[in-house]
Amino acid sequence: MGYLLRRLGHGLLLLGLLSIGCFLLADLAPGDFFSEMRLDPRVSETTVETWKSRYGLDRSFLYRYGAWLGSVARGDLGFSFANQRPVTELLLPRLRNTLLLTGAGTALAWGLALVLGTLAAARPDGLLDRLLAPVSAVLQSVPEILLCLCALWLVARTGWFPVGGLVSLDAESLPPGARLLDLLWHLALPAAILVLSAFPILFGHVRSAVAEALEAPFVRAARGHGIPPWRRLFRHALPAATHPLLPLLGLSIGGLLSESLIVEVTLGWPGLGPLLLDAIFARDLHVVVGATLVSSLFLLVGNLLADLLLLAADPRLRFDHETPEEPAP
Amino acid sequence: MTAPRRPSAPWLAILTLLGVYLLAAGADFFAPYDAASQDRSSPSTPPTRLRLVDAEGTWHLRPFIYPWKEIEGRFGEYEEDVRSPRPLRFFVRSEALGEGTGRRFFGITGPQRISLLGTDELGRDQLSRLLVGARVSLGASFLATGMALGLGWPAGLLAGFYGGRAQSLLMRGSELFMVLPWFYLLLGFRAFLPLEVSPLLAFLTTVLLIGAMGWARPARMVHAVAARARSRESVLAARGFGASDLYLLRRHILPATAAVALTQAALLLPRTILAEVTLSFLGLGMSEPWPSWGTLLAEAQSLAVLETRTWMLWPAAALALVVMSYHRIAGLLQQRLGAMS
Repeated sequence: MGYLLRRLGHGLLLLGLLSIGCFLLADLAPGDFFSEMRLDPRVSETTVETWKSRYGLDRSFLYRYGAWLGSVARGDLGFSFANQRPVTELLLPRLRNTLLLTGAGTALAWGLALVLGTLAAARPDGLLDRLLAPVSAVLQSVPEILLCLCALWLVARTGWFPVGGLVSLDAESLPPGARLLDLLWHLALPAAILVLSAFPILFGHVRSAVAEALEAPFVRAARGHGIPPWRRLFRHALPAATHPLLPLLGLSIGGLLSESLIVEVTLGWPGLGPLLLDAIFARDLHVVVGATLVSSLFLLVGNLLADLLLLAADPRLRFDHETPEEPAP
Repeated sequence: MTAPRRPSAPWLAILTLLGVYLLAAGADFFAPYDAASQDRSSPSTPPTRLRLVDAEGTWHLRPFIYPWKEIEGRFGEYEEDVRSPRPLRFFVRSEALGEGTGRRFFGITGPQRISLLGTDELGRDQLSRLLVGARVSLGASFLATGMALGLGWPAGLLAGFYGGRAQSLLMRGSELFMVLPWFYLLLGFRAFLPLEVSPLLAFLTTVLLIGAMGWARPARMVHAVAARARSRESVLAARGFGASDLYLLRRHILPATAAVALTQAALLLPRTILAEVTLSFLGLGMSEPWPSWGTLLAEAQSLAVLETRTWMLWPAAALALVVMSYHRIAGLLQQRLGAMS
C-alpha cells in the first residue's frame, strides 16, 4: 500500500514538474498566439494589447502559472485562444477517441501475443514457432510511420477501408447495430497498425516467459499428475509467467500512446494527436499543456494499474516493498 | 543441451550501412543536382530510364537516357524523347550541369535533366533530395545519439560506481522519463520553440530535443553493469592497493560498460532516425532547403502520390533498409552481450 502511495506521489510530482516545464518554455520562447495578429495591419497595437491583457498574457510568469494551477484544481484546464472554447471541452471527446484506439490496440496486441506466444513456447521449433519468428523479426524492424504509409497506399488502391473520422457522415441515421459496425470499420485500420507495431516485442517476451515457466518443476509435476497439455499450458504455465510480463504492460501502453499519435495524424483519427499538432502550429498554449499533461496522466494511470495487477498476481510482492524489476529490453 | 551457436557478424547489414553513410556523407558529389534546384519545365516526371539499347535496337557501350518530353496537349504526362539521346557522363564538372562548382559523380549535359528517381512537383530531382536528405537525417541521428550517450553513459557510470544518493536520483529521474509518452513530450517541448527558423537552427533544435529525450535507457543499462563491476574482486583488490576512484573508473568500470554502451548506441541510432523522420514528417523538424527523409515522406503521403506517382516513396524504402540493418546488428549485439554476462 505504501508502495502504491509513493508511486502516486511520484506521478503527481511529475505532472507538476511537467506543467512548470511547459509554461517556462512557453515563457522563454519568442512570440505567442497573438504575434501573428500583429502582422495584420487592420489590427491595431492597442487591440492586441487588450487581447493579451484579457487572457493575462501581460502578467508575470508566476502569476499566470498560479492562476492556471488554481483553475486546474477546479477541474478546468484553461482556455483555448484558437478555438475560443474551454480546453476541457476540447480535450474530453478527443481523449475518449484516443482511449478507444489505444485501448483496442493494446487489448488486441496483448491477446494475440498471449495466445500465440504461449502456443509457440509450448513447442519450441514447432511449425507455429518457426513461422512466427521471422514474421515478428521483420515486423519489429518496420517503422510504424511506414506502416501508416502502407495503410494509406492500401486505401488509395483498394478503397476497402475509410480514412479519416470516427464514423461515416450518415452514421446518425443508421440503426444502432449498423452504427457499431461502422465505428469498428473505421477503427480497423488504425488499430491494426498499432497491433502490428506492438505485437513483435510482446510476442517475444511472452514466448520467453512461458518457455521459462514450462521448465519449472511444478509443470513437470502437473504432467506427472496427468493434467492435460492445454490445461497445463494455460492454467499452470501462463499464470506463472505473468510476473515479468505485467511491468511490460505499463511500458507497452506508453509506447502505444506515442505511436497512436502518428497513426491519428496520418489516418485522420480525431484523437489527441491532431489536436496537439494543430495547437502547436497555432501556439495555443493551454491546449498544448493540457494535451501533454492528459496523455502523461493517462500513462501514469496505466502504469499504476499494471502495478496493481502485479500486486494482485504475485503475493510475494505484498510482503516486501521492493520496486518490481523491469524486464530487460 | 547444446550450446547456442555463436552468430556470425552481420556483414550484410554492416556493409549496407557503410554504403548508405558513405553516400550520405558524399551527397554533394553523388547527387547530380542541388537538393533545392528546380526545373520548372518538368514537374513530377517519372524516373528516367537508363538504357543500353536505343530505339533502333543498336547496343551502346556507354549508358544513355532519353529525356522526358511532355506529350503535346496533355498536361503532366510525359513520353521519352527518342530523337535526342543523351549519354551518361561520369565525373562531370558541375558548371556543365549549370550547378555551382566542383564535380558530380554522374550527369548529362544539355538543357534537360536526368532524374533516376523521378522529380517532385517543383521539378526537383528526387535522387538528389534523397541523398541530401540522408545526410540531414543520418547526421541528426548521429549527433542526437552522441548526445544521449554523452549524457546517459557518464550518468549511469557515476551512479553505478558511487551508489547511494546519486543512484536513487538517477533511477527516479530516468524512471520518470521512461514512463512518459515521449512523443507527446517531444511535441510539447517543440511547441514552444519558434516554428519558422533557419535550417541550421531547426537542425540543431531537433538534435537537442531528440538527444535530450534518449538518455534514460542507456543510463539505466550502463548503471546496472557499473554497479555489478564495482563489487568485482579485481576492483576490490585494486582499491585495496590504494587505487583512486578516478583510476578505478577509468581502468575497470569504463571498459566493463563499453559493450553495453555500444549495444545501446546500435539501438539508439535507428530510434533517433525515426524520431527525426517523424518530427519532420509532422512539419516540426527540418525546413527547406534542407530536405530530410521525414519531409520527403510528408510530400509522399497525399493520395495523388500514392495512386500515380509511386516513385516519391523511395525515401520510405531507404528508411526501412537502414532501420532493418540497425535492428539486425543490435539484435546480434544483444545476443552476444547476453552470452557474455
